[in-house]
Amino acid sequence: MWNFIQKLGSPPHFYGLAAKMIPWFAISGLLLIAYGTIAGLFFAPPDSKQGDAFRIIYAHVPAAYLSMMAYTIMAVTAGIGLIWRMKLAHAVAAAAAPLGAWFTFLALATGSIWGRPMWGTWWEWGDPRLTSELIMLFLYFGYMSLRAAIDDTAKADKASAVLVLVGAVNVPIIHFSVEWWSSLHQGPTLIKKGGPSIDAAMLYPLLGIILGFTLFFGALLLARIRTEVLHRERRTRWVRNMILGEST
Amino acid sequence: MMDTLAMGGYGAYVWSSFALMFIVMVACVGQARGRQRRVYQDIEKRLRAMEASK
Repeated sequence: MWNFIQKLGSPPHFYGLAAKMIPWFAISGLLLIAYGTIAGLFFAPPDSKQGDAFRIIYAHVPAAYLSMMAYTIMAVTAGIGLIWRMKLAHAVAAAAAPLGAWFTFLALATGSIWGRPMWGTWWEWGDPRLTSELIMLFLYFGYMSLRAAIDDTAKADKASAVLVLVGAVNVPIIHFSVEWWSSLHQGPTLIKKGGPSIDAAMLYPLLGIILGFTLFFGALLLARIRTEVLHRERRTRWVRNMILGEST
Repeated sequence: MMDTLAMGGYGAYVWSSFALMFIVMVACVGQARGRQRRVYQDIEKRLRAMEASK
């Protein structure tokens, strides 16, 4: 096991292994997303209160979950990078940021589209769930701008890691916002006492699409870490040999 | 068929949500591939220039 972890930490080994793993993550993820989308759109029964508008959750919930998951990954890896000075950990954090930003955008956009017919408004300023999720989008933008502004990779790693860790307080706020304060947003459906409160015909497509997006996200994250590693290792012998195709 | 597209009157909201989901998926893949290609080509260009100046 330890041997495996050490090998994984070796950049050339990771670069090759990730390339082999990406298609498996991508294909299984896309198949599950296809199942969840088709079953959710066409086979799940309409909701008793929300009618067919409830189907938007099949796009919204995975995006919202991944928006927080990506930030959590960033906070953990940025922390590991700061404490143990592991360069690969910083590369993971940097790779997760643009993905997190995209899924946060998707969560906000689909939530807004759902809110229009259900709450009668696209957006409600001051609502704790909506506002904390929007703050997370700005944290992602801030992180990426900060990295882009600092040329020295090691300095960019440190400064951006501090930003991520400070902003991490926002993640539990997003999660518990609907319980701590009164929010337009409905309470949790899946992760709650007594198990999920949703019909099986609605639940399975949702679980399928959440798992599918997790795998799809895994493929994208691996691909982006690979690029980060290649960039960081650009002056090494193994990159030179790989690109020029020489064995010296 | 038309009933399915109408989504009980919520068609515009449901379909635009899933269109956005699809667009974000394509954008994520496109961005990741584009960056990989750029990084690879930059390194290759630099290495070839170094080879040529030897």
